[in-house]
Parts: sequence; structure tokens; C-alpha cells
Amino acid sequence: MTADTAVVVENVEKWFGLNPALANISLSVPRGEFVVLLGRNGAGKSTLLRVMARLVRPNRGRVRICGVEIDQDPERGRERIGLVAHQTFLYPGLTARENLRLHARLHGLEGAAQRVAAALSEAGLNLSADRPVRGFSRGMQQRLAIARATLHEPELVLLDEPFTGLDLEAAELLSERLRQWAAAGRTIVMATHNLEQGLQGVSRWILLDRGRIVTEWTGDSAAVRGRYRRFLQASPLGSGSLRN
Amino acid sequence: MKFWSQTAAILTKDLLTEYRTKDVLASMLLFGLLVILMFHFAFEPDSEEIRKFGPGLLWMTFIFAGLLGMNRSFVGEKENDALEGLMLSPVNWSSIYLGKMLANLLLLLLAEAIILCLFSLLFNYAIWPRIGWMAAITFLGTLGFASVGTLLAAVSANTRMSEVMLPVLLVPLVLPVILSVVLATAANFAQPAEEPVMFFWMQVLAAYDIIFVTLPLMTFDYVLEK
Repeated sequence: MTADTAVVVENVEKWFGLNPALANISLSVPRGEFVVLLGRNGAGKSTLLRVMARLVRPNRGRVRICGVEIDQDPERGRERIGLVAHQTFLYPGLTARENLRLHARLHGLEGAAQRVAAALSEAGLNLSADRPVRGFSRGMQQRLAIARATLHEPELVLLDEPFTGLDLEAAELLSERLRQWAAAGRTIVMATHNLEQGLQGVSRWILLDRGRIVTEWTGDSAAVRGRYRRFLQASPLGSGSLRN
Repeated sequence: MKFWSQTAAILTKDLLTEYRTKDVLASMLLFGLLVILMFHFAFEPDSEEIRKFGPGLLWMTFIFAGLLGMNRSFVGEKENDALEGLMLSPVNWSSIYLGKMLANLLLLLLAEAIILCLFSLLFNYAIWPRIGWMAAITFLGTLGFASVGTLLAAVSANTRMSEVMLPVLLVPLVLPVILSVVLATAANFAQPAEEPVMFFWMQVLAAYDIIFVTLPLMTFDYVLEK
């Protein structure tokens, strides 16, 4: 819980009706770490990310983002977060520039016009900046979504299955961005069930199953892929107990 | 200051989107035009019936056209999960409510102004001598309708049959508004105008507005939270 900790999750529980989505989760992510949350669909990865971003209020427990108690000051907490998901959060009726401008206004960014122009240029969307997003390809939309999520230079980047539905070019671009962010010392927490992307620079892999943290691994994605496959085979869907 | 600038950003976004698509305004105006035309065929202009039933007809058109528009107000937010994008911003979620409510209010007022002109034209209804009071009644009634409607549109947007759910939830809650605006409008256009009656119902509307603009501002966090 020092100033060097980007995320602290303590004893978090979340129930949807009678179904537990997160069961007594505790985890700490130091600044600059790249952490991947692994697990099947429904393991609680997305819910955990949403609890971190305070989109979902936990039934129990507390979350601190970059020193801010997110339940007590969600607005200050969210200033420090950028979320990239398979949904783009973009308004299709607005142009790329207007989408970024809206985001800049909501964040109260100074020098918004220059920052928006720089972000569009970095995303390779200069020529399409004043076209409505509705006409963009999935890859272009995802590039814009990444530009939007990082326009305010968040200390913590959360990614929820960001590779879903991306074509090869867009997936490579996202992998490249992840490498850049990791190299720049930005804290990254990514949820995925798919290890085929060959992620680089990951400090820790946290395995979730049925709302609980099962285990943590370190190592490169090739080694973790084998372990994860063995876990999935040893713990088939519908089996009652949690296994290491 | 930050709250108001974020509210203005959301309001501008909604108005810009509507300017591009014209989804809400077109559906409200088309519906309003059809209803007014149907009643134009049913009732003689200048007739006693239209004097008697005019305020009711007018507000029935406003309310049902408004329901159509209100239904659309959160539908656009569901595409690409854009609402979640707003929620992820460092904004007080009440400013999301206020921005969207003000956008709905402006669009409803614009549609109502056009429908009112058509009504006056087709039924030869003399609204112009009392247009100032009519504008005040319309504003108070529409504010109450938009404030509750925006809240309930957010609630019903997450249900499977949102287009059915919204009227079912909204109409009973805005019954005091419907009653007050119809009676205030009738008193305004009575010959001679019954001003004490009109003022009484305008006070009822103002009280309703104060309650139902404040209440959603305090509860909108719980509506958005999953």
C-alpha cells in the first residue's frame, strides 16, 4: 500500500443476485508492472477490472488506485485509469476528432486541440479525423479507442479482452502499444482468456477461476501457455472444486 | 465549474449527434403531425369540441411524441457501450443525467413548438394572444416530463423490452404533470382566461419539477451502477 503501488484490491467480493462473481479477491500491483488476469469466460476477470474502474461497486472489500480510495473518490480514481476493451466506447455518429475532443473535455485536459491532433496522428487517423466513426473499419475503430483511452495519459491502463475481433494488423498494433507502455513503465492490467497473442513484457500472470485467484505465474507467454492449458484440462468446466 | 463544463460537454455531444442523425426529432415530429392530422379530419376547426378538447389533444400528442423521443435517448448510448465510456470518465455521474436531460428537454421543446404551430394553424386555435403563458406552461410541463423520462429511459434501456417498459414506468409517474398541464392550458385558453386556476396548476408543476429534477440527480449513480 505504498506510493509505489498502482492497484490494491483487498478482500473484494461481488455478487450478481445469488451468483458470486468475485470471492474474497486480494491483489496488489506495483507501479510499472504488466499483469495479466487469465481465466475462462465467467471466471471474474472483467468484473475485477470493472471493480477497479469503479464501474461496479463491490459488495465487500476496498480498492485503491494510485493512492486513491476509489469508493470514496471515484472521479479522482478514474482520472488515473484508461480502459481498452473489445467494445470501443466510441460514438459512431461523431467524427474521430469529436470523439477525442469529448473525452478531452470530460477529463478537463489543457491544450486539448493539440493533444487530440497528436493522438490522431499517432493512431494514423489524420486523413479520417473528420469522418464519422460509423464508417471506420474495426481496426481503425480500435486504434481510435486506444487513442481515446490513453489521451489523458493514465497511470494505469486496464485492458479487457482487447484482442477480441481484431484483424491481424490491428492485433499487431495493439501488441506494439502494449510493448511501448510496458517499456515506458506504465502499469498495465489485462484480462484475457486467449494466450495466442504471444504477449511480451508481462511481469505476472494471475489465474482466476470461479471468482477466485487460483495461482500466480511468472515467465514468458510460451511457458505460461503450457501451464494454462494443463490447468484447463485438469479443471474442466463444471467441476466443483478449485485446483492449483 | 467542472460539473457544469462536463454537463455542457454531454449536452453538446447529444445535440451534435441529433443534428447529424435527426432520429429523435424526426420520429417525434412525424408522430405529432400524424396525430394532429387525424384529429383535423375528425374535428371541425373552430368547433366547440376543439375548444373543449384542444388542450387534452395537444398534450396527448406532446406526451406520446415525447415518449418516442425519450425511448431513443439511451439507445444511442448502448451502441459500442458508449455509456460505459462516459461512466469511465472522471465525471460525477449526475452530470451525465443532467446533460442528457437538458438535451431531451431542448429537443422536446423544439418538437412541441412546431407541433403547437401546426395545431394552431390546422384548428384555427388562437394561441398567439396567450403565447407567453403557453410557453411557460409548456416549459414547466416538459421539464417535469423530461426529468422523470430521462431517469426512466436509463432504467429501461437495460431491460429486454425497453420500448414497452418506458411508457409502462413513465406514464403513471407523470400523471400529475399531465393533469396539471392540461388544466393549466385549458385555463389559459378559456374565454376569458382563468388566471387563478392557471397559476395554481403552474405552481403544482413547479413543485413537481423541483422534486423530480433533484431526485434523479441524487439517485442516478444507483441507476447506472450494475
